[in-house]
Amino acid sequence: MLTLRALDRKLWRDMRRIWAQSLAIAMVLACGVAVLILSFGTLQNLTETRDAYYERNRFADIFAGATRVPDPIVREIARLPGVAQVEPRIADYVVLDMPGMVEPGMGRVISLPPDGALVLNIPLLRTGRLPDPLSADEVAVAQPFAEAHGLRPGDSFRAVMNGQMRELQVAGIVLSPEYIYTIGPASLFPDNRRFGVFWMSHTAAAAAFDLDGAFNDISLRLTPGADAAPVIAALDDMLDPYGGTGAHDRDRQMSHNFLKHELEQLEALAWIMPPIFFVVSAFLVNMVMGRLIALERQQIGLMKAVGYRTREISAHYLKMAAVIGVLGVLIGWAAGIWISDGMTELYAEFFHFPYLVSAPSTAAFAISGVLAVATVVVGAMRAVRGTVRLRPAVAMSPPEPPKFSRGLVDHLGTWLRLRQTTMMILRSITRWPGRAAVTFLGVATSVAVLVGSFFFFDAFDVMMDEMFTQSNRQQMTLNLTREQTLAAVEDATNLPGVLRVEGGYAVQVRLINGPRESLQSLQARPDDAELVRLLDRDSRPVPVSPSGLILPELLADDLGVQAGDVLAVEFLGGHRETHAVPVAQVARQSLGEAAYMRDTALFELLRVAPRVNQLNLLVDEAALPALYAQIKATPAISGVALWSEVRVQYQEMVDETLFTMIFIYTMLGVLIAVGVVYNAARIQLSERAHELASLRVLGFSRGEVSYVLVGEIMLLTLAGLPLGWLAGYGFAAMTSAGLSSEIVNIPLVVSKQTYAWAALVVFVSALGSVLLVRRRLDRVELVSALKQKE
Amino acid sequence: MERKAVFRTEGITKVYGTGPAAVHALRGVDLALYEGEMVVMLGASGSGKSTLLNILGALDTPTDGRVFFRDRELTRLSDAALTAFRRDHVGFVFQFYNLVPSLTARENVALVTEIARNPMRPEEALERAGLPDRMDHFPAELSGGEQQRVAIARAIAKRPEVLLCDEPTGALDSKTGVKVLEALVSINDELGTATALITHNVGIRKIAHRVIVLADGQVAEVTENDARVPPADVSW
Repeated sequence: MLTLRALDRKLWRDMRRIWAQSLAIAMVLACGVAVLILSFGTLQNLTETRDAYYERNRFADIFAGATRVPDPIVREIARLPGVAQVEPRIADYVVLDMPGMVEPGMGRVISLPPDGALVLNIPLLRTGRLPDPLSADEVAVAQPFAEAHGLRPGDSFRAVMNGQMRELQVAGIVLSPEYIYTIGPASLFPDNRRFGVFWMSHTAAAAAFDLDGAFNDISLRLTPGADAAPVIAALDDMLDPYGGTGAHDRDRQMSHNFLKHELEQLEALAWIMPPIFFVVSAFLVNMVMGRLIALERQQIGLMKAVGYRTREISAHYLKMAAVIGVLGVLIGWAAGIWISDGMTELYAEFFHFPYLVSAPSTAAFAISGVLAVATVVVGAMRAVRGTVRLRPAVAMSPPEPPKFSRGLVDHLGTWLRLRQTTMMILRSITRWPGRAAVTFLGVATSVAVLVGSFFFFDAFDVMMDEMFTQSNRQQMTLNLTREQTLAAVEDATNLPGVLRVEGGYAVQVRLINGPRESLQSLQARPDDAELVRLLDRDSRPVPVSPSGLILPELLADDLGVQAGDVLAVEFLGGHRETHAVPVAQVARQSLGEAAYMRDTALFELLRVAPRVNQLNLLVDEAALPALYAQIKATPAISGVALWSEVRVQYQEMVDETLFTMIFIYTMLGVLIAVGVVYNAARIQLSERAHELASLRVLGFSRGEVSYVLVGEIMLLTLAGLPLGWLAGYGFAAMTSAGLSSEIVNIPLVVSKQTYAWAALVVFVSALGSVLLVRRRLDRVELVSALKQKE
Repeated sequence: MERKAVFRTEGITKVYGTGPAAVHALRGVDLALYEGEMVVMLGASGSGKSTLLNILGALDTPTDGRVFFRDRELTRLSDAALTAFRRDHVGFVFQFYNLVPSLTARENVALVTEIARNPMRPEEALERAGLPDRMDHFPAELSGGEQQRVAIARAIAKRPEVLLCDEPTGALDSKTGVKVLEALVSINDELGTATALITHNVGIRKIAHRVIVLADGQVAEVTENDARVPPADVSW
């Protein structure tokens, strides 16, 4: 039978005695561990899943679009050095008329190879079969859209393809590595009801889009180790005569890009959060062990007197810290695995993976475990070292009474005529500044975490305002099948219920500044635009400068330019020209990275008559059904973006995702506050029980005595708030910078409400924790507290 | 002249614990403490004298019996009322001083004067306790005797009707102890504060008006001193 050594038995009994404090520390530590496991675990799962999916379904490396490329060009492309496989396709947007949907939907049609032998971006069949190569109206439908509409093999729906209303038959349901994240053109979020992807036979697609003997979309796979840049350059050259819109690698592929940013955000989370929790727990362990060891000073002296070595005694106390560490690690692992599984599933649902590769990150477990235990042991080490080194005789005699001295506090006390109980609070803080600092910094950290998470509400409010109130005030944007003269704007005013029309023109460009370049959409903006407006860096609408480029902040940063610099603009999509254009303005833009130019300046540069390929509309709501019907029947319209719907989706996304996330962060912040304050209060109480009992004997009421305990902690809490606000702003700045990408630019705005809420939550948590400890004051027995000397 | 009782007890008992492990600290104590008198309570360890003092001072409640402070029955008062009672009427002095280490001598006294109804100035209390010069020192900077005199000053600053002292010289050498006793006697003489002083030191009995000896939780003997001896002449 295993018998515990006496010291180990003491360890377990001590642990039982301070279980609440140990648990509080373990919980804080567990947060750090859980976030590590959760982020790295989810990251690993998703990365492995994505890579397996990409590999098995041969996701391409290079993508390019064009207007019309003759088939023989494919062979030339395949001969480019570094190219392994080529998949030419026909792909275009169509307007959908879905049963039960008044508003028009949008679809992207992709052709399957004529011989049925798919080479790249292979759709994964979920149910049914792929369309018959000879059938004119069979399609395979992407699963998200099929689910949103309850489509099954055998069902049918209608689409306007190249001006013709066609009845399409669902042959099968598929998932595609190209559409892990599905987002329609000119849209901001996945909307599986209004946007879907379809695969149809090559013959049918060629006939529908008038592309017999040609293709307009191509994907390439590179040989292992091949460099993408020369292939992209060569591909651009080859496609230029055919209206090439710019070749790009996976980073510009919408679905891949979104997924990549999501994974990067997860990783950022893993780097930012855990260190905070680890450091806080180290301080807590230091504080609690310090107190415990101070109380056991005489016992330590005794142990040394009977022959225990310094090393053995140190080990005894470090073991205690290690137990807390192990407890924290276990809780953290369990929570991490649990949340990580849930999160991976959430992601899988959001991103439409056909399967999940579960790849437990052993490294994450090992690293988090070792780091967490090491953190607490280091925290304890400092506390242990001083006492265990004392000579037995010194250790066995009581420690010298704390030395107080007169100083600044006294002047303050005299000047403000403070009560003696208040002086006790102030002197305790100045006598033990280190301990006060732990409470102070812990509270500040907690406030910072809350400010850094509540700030998302502010940021999203601003983005909401920018997107839907300031810049995009149209209800819908119509994409035209092809460029048209300004007469199209006039024509659009005759559509049912249309109150105002503003034309827009977008062309693909490559913006180049030395070695830096970016494939973007350049949008022409009329001077008098009122529906679609540009914002300056302070989010105020500004007029479009008469010439030069207007770049959103993030794009300008990426390209390393500012107002006044000159960029090379390579026009794609059939224009085949490169111009040097100065940057006139840098604008604020929440979503996307499109560049802008005054319409007159752009058309002058391209030496073409003014034209449009987009129409922005302000519409009388009552006339919407009629307008929708008209849009479905208008061949010139290839797509519709409904901004009012986008706004609703946006709000839903914020409500669902953001609230959950902020709830979790709030819990973490509260946990830090509770862990720190509870422990600080327990230590206070343990050290001052004698003193506080004396006050009761002298006739102080429970309330007055509590003031000394609660007052000190709450004073430190109040003092910690401003630092927390400041750090929170820094935290928000870090988060906004870390989470901003070319897709979304999160503004750094922190409202007064955010500061106030963060402070309130922390204040209440601290007060709750200290009051919990205060109750113990009632149980302190007056008589026995007076009997023994400290 | 009829002497007025400040404290009166009727058959108080105090039992700690239950069953076979129960300890009877007091077994039916009837006594009175009169205005202006100095009583020394003697008894061996475990005789119940501290328990008795704690019950008189409302730090503890008896298991049975009644305690009166003048005409109020303390045993019927709520916790809040007992706190108010301690605040307004009783001063305590303990063996281990029980000073607040983070407050200076003056501030330790001010601690009480700030909440008392009709206090004397902290400086006056310290002078009466025989410690006029070291008011701005922290307890750690004072000797044991000095600390005890701060405790006495703190106890008398509220002008209490009763002073309860539990072994006030227990932790002091005899020379220092004399100074502390002198302070207590002079306060008793000058302010007329009824004082109950616990000691296990038989010599100290001579400074009292009355001596109550406790043994085994009961009053064993009550004697009156016809002639009190000044503390300086007491030896122990």
